[in-house]
Amino acid sequence: MIRFDHVYKSYENGTSALEDLSFTMEDGEFAFLVGPSGSGKSTVIKLLTGEISATDGTVIVNGYNMNEIRPSKLPKLRRTMGVIFQDFRLIDNKNVFDNIALAMWAVGAPHREIKERVNYVLGLVGLEDRQKDMPNELSGGEQQRVAIARALANNPKLIIADEPTGNIDPERSAELMTMLTKINELGTTMLVVTHEQNLVNQFAKRVIRIVNGRLAGDEKGWYIS
Amino acid sequence: MSRFKYYLKEGFSSIFTHSLMSFTTVCVMIACLILMGSFVLISVNLNRTMNYLESQNQMMAFVDETYTEEQARALRPELLKNDNVRDAEFVSRRDAMESFLGKFEKNSIFDDVDYSVFRDRFIIYLKDIRLMSETQQELAAVGGIARVNAHLEISRGFTAVRRVLKIVSVAIVALLFLVSLFIMSNTVKLTTFNRRNEIAIVKMIGADNGFISWPFMVEGVILGLTGAMLAYLLQWSLYTAICTRIMTTAYVSFLKLLSFGQIALPLLVSFGAVGIFVGVFGSQIAIRNYLRV
Ligand SMILES: Nc1ncnc2c1ncn2[C@@H]1O[C@H](COP(=O)(O)OP(=O)(O)OP(=O)(O)O)[C@@H](O)[C@H]1O
Ligand SMILES: [Mg+2]
Repeated sequence: MIRFDHVYKSYENGTSALEDLSFTMEDGEFAFLVGPSGSGKSTVIKLLTGEISATDGTVIVNGYNMNEIRPSKLPKLRRTMGVIFQDFRLIDNKNVFDNIALAMWAVGAPHREIKERVNYVLGLVGLEDRQKDMPNELSGGEQQRVAIARALANNPKLIIADEPTGNIDPERSAELMTMLTKINELGTTMLVVTHEQNLVNQFAKRVIRIVNGRLAGDEKGWYIS
Repeated sequence: MSRFKYYLKEGFSSIFTHSLMSFTTVCVMIACLILMGSFVLISVNLNRTMNYLESQNQMMAFVDETYTEEQARALRPELLKNDNVRDAEFVSRRDAMESFLGKFEKNSIFDDVDYSVFRDRFIIYLKDIRLMSETQQELAAVGGIARVNAHLEISRGFTAVRRVLKIVSVAIVALLFLVSLFIMSNTVKLTTFNRRNEIAIVKMIGADNGFISWPFMVEGVILGLTGAMLAYLLQWSLYTAICTRIMTTAYVSFLKLLSFGQIALPLLVSFGAVGIFVGVFGSQIAIRNYLRV
């Protein structure tokens, strides 16, 4: 569950990125987070992952109050979520299997579970036969699917995607987005940041819209800027 | 591949991705350890030699002339009461004269020397030569002891040499230790830089500081231990060669040297410990900036 309650965020240089932003996402929900460039979408994500903290207001993620969380508890929080980025962030010198297994080593998953789980999540994204390939042997879309598989590896409650289709050609983007909705249907809460209007409009999902760091709309259906 | 294998593989592969820096680090470790080792060994051996020379060093306590030999002998327990006296050996006037005359056997001018010109005396062996001057005064105050002769300059000299030796060894060991720590942390820092993306990624996944640190500690410890083992072998041949040289050189053969067998284990353990310590702490210094948030 995610709750933003009258959240303000100003960066050290004085830029005010969020102003009085409030919204809630229940477990199992799917939502797009949309808005023009610089409106504060990535700021929302960094508040969720604990990279930065709010200047004012309350951020609650999967039961953790992000204003009060101790640095030593951050790894615990982060194990409850999977994050997907525009630039994939795979490790270049590790093959597909190791990239995903890494996520499981990092949280101390038992050795025997890893192979099975990696096979399973690669199956979900349709790449079970590419385990031994290196990231640079994959297309952009395939790399992003590996990143999704990695985000799923530890069976998180929440997946956050920041512009997941930003580096993928338009035909593949819809396919990838469909994949995210399918994963959501398996029970994972899904927050997807994008500014691709057409893509959002293909799915009749909840759309949270922010402009200049303020909530400008929160309803099911269309993204009309 | 398990977690453990991952740490090892990452640690090892880092060493070879910047092999020149790794090589330099090992060389610096070797140089520092050999210098540290040599200073400590010199200082241990000099101490031993001084201990030996000191144990040979003695004071002479002369008994009051009015005392009979029996009375003089009876002073021994009195002298032994002093905490710093290891032993007191009685020498009668007669014995003193004989040993004196023994040195001049063929010299007739001493023929009619009477033993009454000599005094009964004790040869005093000390426990701690540094307290020589205090002990001299204390013994002189014992009833029946007329005078105590001592070579205070030796005691003072040894004490000064000891102090200098200690300060110099500690300073040099500390300095070299810092140098190795510095080099080690710089090399591992290079690895953290090469792997900064990976660090950011595993952090986002929820890796704790332990998971992030391990590969770097593995790297540091491998470099540290490699340096330590090579340094040990070099120190071994160096020490053995120098000892052989010293023992066959007449005018320094009074030096009381430890054989390599006597120092092999302590030296191995110390080198290993320094290698591991520098590896662990050097890598911790290198990654500490990455462990925040
Ligand atoms: N580290 C930072 N320091 C200072 N200002 C920042 C920082 N990060 C973001 N900002 C500013 O905060 C505002 C919101 O930025 P944010 O990255 O959240 O926008 P965004 O909605 O993700 O934009 P985009 O669609 O271009 O990714 C912008 O004005 C940006 O310049
Ligand atoms: Mg952004």
